[in-house]
Parts: sequence; C-alpha cells; structure tokens
Amino acid sequence: MYQYDEYDQRIVDERVAQFRDQTQRYLAGELGEDEYRPLRLQNGLYIQRYAPMLRIAVPYGNLRAEQVRMLGHIARTYDRGYGHFTTRQNMQFNWPKLEDVPEILAQLATVQMHAIQTSGNCIRNVTSDPFAGVAADEEIDPRPWCEIVRQWSTFHPEFAFLPRKFKIAVNGAKEDRAVIQVHDIGLDLKRNAEGKIGFRVLVGGGLGRTPIIGEEISSFVPWQDILSYCEAILRVYNLNGRRDNAYKARIKILVKALGIDAFRSQVEAEFAHLKDGPATLTAEEVHRVADHFVDPSYETLPASDAGYTAQLAANKAFAAWARRNVRAHKQPGYASVVLSLKKPGIAPGDITADQLDSVAALADAFSFGEVRVTHEQNLVLADVRQSDLFAAWEGARKAGLATPNIGLLTDIIACPGGDFCALANAKSIPIANAIQARFDDLDYLHDIGEIEINISGCMNACGHHHVGHIGVLGVDKNGQEWYQVSIGGDQGNDTSLGKVIGPSFAADEMPDVVSSLVQTYTTNRHDDERFIDTVRRVGAEPFKTQVYADREERKQAHV
Amino acid sequence: MSEIIKNGVIHEDDWTVVRLADGEDAATAELPAGRVIVPLAVWLARREALGAQAEAGVLGVWLAGTEDPAALADDLLRLQLIAVDFPKFADGRGYSIATLLRARHGYGGELRAVGEVLRDQFFFLTRCGFDALQPAAGRYTPEQLKIALESFRDFAEPYQGAVDRAEPLFRRLARKVAA
Repeated sequence: MYQYDEYDQRIVDERVAQFRDQTQRYLAGELGEDEYRPLRLQNGLYIQRYAPMLRIAVPYGNLRAEQVRMLGHIARTYDRGYGHFTTRQNMQFNWPKLEDVPEILAQLATVQMHAIQTSGNCIRNVTSDPFAGVAADEEIDPRPWCEIVRQWSTFHPEFAFLPRKFKIAVNGAKEDRAVIQVHDIGLDLKRNAEGKIGFRVLVGGGLGRTPIIGEEISSFVPWQDILSYCEAILRVYNLNGRRDNAYKARIKILVKALGIDAFRSQVEAEFAHLKDGPATLTAEEVHRVADHFVDPSYETLPASDAGYTAQLAANKAFAAWARRNVRAHKQPGYASVVLSLKKPGIAPGDITADQLDSVAALADAFSFGEVRVTHEQNLVLADVRQSDLFAAWEGARKAGLATPNIGLLTDIIACPGGDFCALANAKSIPIANAIQARFDDLDYLHDIGEIEINISGCMNACGHHHVGHIGVLGVDKNGQEWYQVSIGGDQGNDTSLGKVIGPSFAADEMPDVVSSLVQTYTTNRHDDERFIDTVRRVGAEPFKTQVYADREERKQAHV
Repeated sequence: MSEIIKNGVIHEDDWTVVRLADGEDAATAELPAGRVIVPLAVWLARREALGAQAEAGVLGVWLAGTEDPAALADDLLRLQLIAVDFPKFADGRGYSIATLLRARHGYGGELRAVGEVLRDQFFFLTRCGFDALQPAAGRYTPEQLKIALESFRDFAEPYQGAVDRAEPLFRRLARKVAA
C-alpha cells in the first residue's frame, strides 16, 4: 500500500494548519459563512441535519490497520462510537463538533489520512476496484495509477473551483468493479495491440438528477499522457461547464449539450498544447509509485487447502459464509474475504469503533495489515490464506461482520438518507432495514441469488439507485415520504440505468413491493439466471403488472 | 487608493476597475480619469483610441470568466496590465484564463485578480500566474492583509505543475523509490 514520503506528509500537515486557521477565522467572524462553506466542503466538512458531518478520504478504498484503528479512535472520542462507509469508499462521521475538526484532522495526519477533496466542487477522492492487485481477472493493477491521479489532483490550483464536483474512477480488470461508466472520467487500463499500457477514457457519466452513461472520448491514451489528457478535459469543462444552474453544471451536461464528437475536438485541441509538456509522466515516477503496490510476501501454497476443504464440509454456517463472502484469489492458497457491513437491522455501511478495532486486528492477523473499502459499503481482507479462513470467520463472526449475504438481497447499498442528510427527501436506512427483516430466511436469500438493491434518499443518488437491479428513490410528495422503484439497473461491464416501474409507494409498502418483484423473478427465471438477466430477458412488464396487482389486492384486503 | 498585493508585497494602488452599467455602450462609455482597467468590450471597441494609453501603462483590460483570452492575443505586448474578474470567489474560470494567458499566450505583464478575491485563494491564484491580487475594497483591514501574506506559504511543495512552477514534484525532486 502507498506509504507517504516526506513530501506527502508535509502536504497533509500543511493542510491541517491551513484548515485550523480557516476554522479559527470563521469562528472569529473574519471569514463569512458563504466564504467558509466551499473551504470546509473541500475538506469534507458538511453542516448536516443534526451536526456537522466529516467525510474522511479513503483513497481508492485502501486502508492500513493503524488507519482503521485511528478511525475507531475518532469514532469513540469525537463521535458517537460509530462511523459510516460510503458508496465512494470514504468514511463519514455524523456527529463531530465543528470546533474539534482541526484536531481530528491533525490526528488523522499522524496515520497519513486526511479529508482533502472529499466534497466540494473540485476533483474528488479517486475510487477504484476494491480487489485491485488480487483479482484473478486483473490485467493491470489500477492502484499506482489511482495514486498518481490522487497526487496530481490534490490541491490542483486550476481545478479547485470547478462548476461542480468531479469524480474519477480507475479500473484495471476484465470486470469493471469501479463503475467507471457513471463517473465524470472513467479510466479503463488496457494494453494496446503493441502491448503498451494506456487508458480507454470515458467521460460524462454520472448519476444524480440526470443519470447518464459515460461515452468514450478516447480508445487509447498512452500512460505517459494521461495527466495531460485529464488536464485538457478539466480545462474545457472548467471554462465551458454551466455555472448558472447547479443541476446542470456537471460535465455530463456539457458533453451531452455539445455531443461527444464536438467535446472531443475541444479536448483534443487543448491536449495538443499539453502533450509532451511537463505533466508527461516518467517511467521513474510510475515505478516509484508502483513499488508501493508490490505483492505482499505470499507463501508458496497448494491451490487448495485441505483443512479449509474439511472445515467447509463439517460446518454448514462456515460453508454458507464462504460461499458468499470469500472470493477467489490470483495467488494459490489465498482468498479474499468480504466483511459484511449489512447485518440486518444495522444501517448499511455503519461500523462501530469496537468493530473497527476488530477489523484492524483481523487485518493484522490474516491479511498483511491491510483493509479495502468497497463501494457496496463492505470491507475486504484481500490476502487471507485459505488455512486462516476459518479463524478469520470466527473473528468476523464475533465482531458481527460475518453476515453471509454478500451480493444477496440484504446486501443493500443505501445512503444515510433523511435520518442524517440535510439534502434527503426521505429516509433510506429504515427502508433497507425493513427489506432486510422481510428476507431474514437465509436459505430463501441464497435461493434468490445475486440481486442488488440500491436505495437513495434523494435524487442526488448517493445510494446509486439508478444502477441497482432494484433501485429505490425517496421522493417528497406534499411533505410525505414516498419511494419510487426502478428495475433493470446494473453496474459493471453492462452498466445500465434502471427504469421506473410506475407510481411510488409508501414506506411500509416497500417490503411487499420487493417481495412481489422477487416472486415475479422466481416464477419467470431460467435455471441459474440472475434477477437482472430475467428482467433483461422478459422486460419490465410482468414485474410492473405483478407489483401493482399485489398492491391492489392488499388494498382490497384492508377494506 | 486601495491596497493590493503584488509579487507578495502590499502596495498602495490607484487603478480603477471600470465596469459598464447595464445598457452602457462600450464604444462610448465615459472613462474616469487616472489609471483604468477597462472591460474587454471597451478595449475591442476602442483599440485604436486607447492603444497609446495602454502602451503608456495607464490603461489595462479586464476579462470576465466567459471571455476568451485569445481575444487579446494580438495585444499582449502592448498591454502592461490584464486583470481577470472573479464575480464570485468560487467561480474558478479565472484560474484557467490566467493559465492560458501565461502558459499558452506567453503574456508577461501584470496579471491581476480582481473582484471577489479572498486570501484563501492567494496560493492557487499565484500558482496559476497571477502576480497581483486585489481583494474587494474594504474586505481586509491593513492588519488582516498583512497576516494574509502567510497564505502564500500554505504549501511548500505542491504535487502538480502549474504556471509558477511548470514542473510537477516528480520532475523537480528525486523522490525516493520505496524500499
């Protein structure tokens, strides 16, 4: 994992001093509310429904055990004993005191952490594949490139006040696990016909009010040019993006208004000036950064561990967990473990200080002291020996992190919603919990198979509802909370946007609605067909019909 | 007279930024006496008439965020002062405009940020090529402005290249390869 050198550390320390001063000036009245706002946002500090919310950067989802412990310490000392992992792989604290934030940042800086650019109209914290470096389908490790983009974008002076937020994601595997098609810039690492490394570049994707799938702006940008190419995109956007209406200010609106070809011409014209300039990456720099991401010292092990196989046969609960929460690894004898933050009844992505300590201990004991955050709001121990899986499971179980539901219906993505977020129109967490409670039978859950439910409390779409197989969007109707349901969304290589099935539902109807959708699926599915594939094959109509017929029947029953 | 910061030092300044009132015609608008920074529209409409004043260093031109600095490409040697307006400090177009003026068009005269210019932007503004920073009149007391000079030193070694230091950190310094 990337370790700071003196330059990285200094920038983070200087940021702490800068923000401490800005906050003091704000509290002293020298810096106005409107002036302080963009400054604190660029440091992840929101003023939320009940208290400030602090969003801490977890660059491309990578954490070391000491950093996880620090998050636990902060949760315990400055918050209410828990934190929340987000769909952008970051951690949020919902109850810090504004006055404490400079000190929190100072403590984070001691373990090479910060809150830089986790919010605000700037280039946001870069995201990536949580299985980077260990996935069997990986072609090129995205982590060094993420780190290079992180450094380039950190306090970029030209792009600190963009029309709107700007998100970059990098993927390097056959399967896209970074959802690059719905980012402002999606970078897909690849080799060209000559075997040279570069990027297929997508631009103008995004969710929110106007969900759009990104379009290809270049099929191959050589790695040396990638920062210059991004600079060209950002400059065209900065100068031409709309600033009159925040809802139309994202790059996707500009790309759509111009058309991808006209947008590309502008970017290429800009890039022609920048190509071969000082931002051109050098092999030395790429090697320097890549050297932080070499494989840990794996042992030479048999492909399959006999003890593990025996435990699977002997223990049904362990086998159920292994089936859902353990992933194949590129290294023989190893596996990746997903720690579920989706225990029914808990807010998706929430984790207590004690659990954070447990995760750090598990990482130290079983996974070279490293942890990953997924955009599905779970955690990953990437490098666990198969022979340690049983012990890791026992440890995870003790900590309440071994719910065997990864990829299943109760592994719900949800934003914090109206319980916390000032933007939300409706609550998300109680909806997630109610659905989880309905589907509490593990055997049934496993029988339903892979299905993704994504819930957002408003159209800003932090819960990525558009790309959920079942998407739930909280809407406000005359001061009441309602939920609009879409189906057919998907993330990954076949990213698609879900379609709304019809009129919205009251909160207490949601478990029934999901039941109807699942029932329609199980009635129509072919063998081994996932929910999304059935939706794609038979279309939305049977689902719509069933959901609203069931709803009518329930109404009649109450009369 | 107001105080501005030029090359990191506080100066008394007597330039007036001329802003056209609604409906006022760039070709005919009356310009105040003394040193003036006129809107691009005024300059383009009256280039011939104002050229001598520009060359004498008593007239500069300011660009709005919507204006393309290429419009001044032929005048850069005549103009001793170009300003870029920040209608809101969070409107970041001026950073790209400054970068283009310096790095693309090779402008070497005074480049001044005017409008809503806050000390919290000083570091970024300087990096993008502004050598003169003019906060709105009355925004800072002389004492506050003096303290604000510390903002220039917010970050000692930024990662990426910009106008002030074109080379990114990885070209400026030999960063060690991890052990």
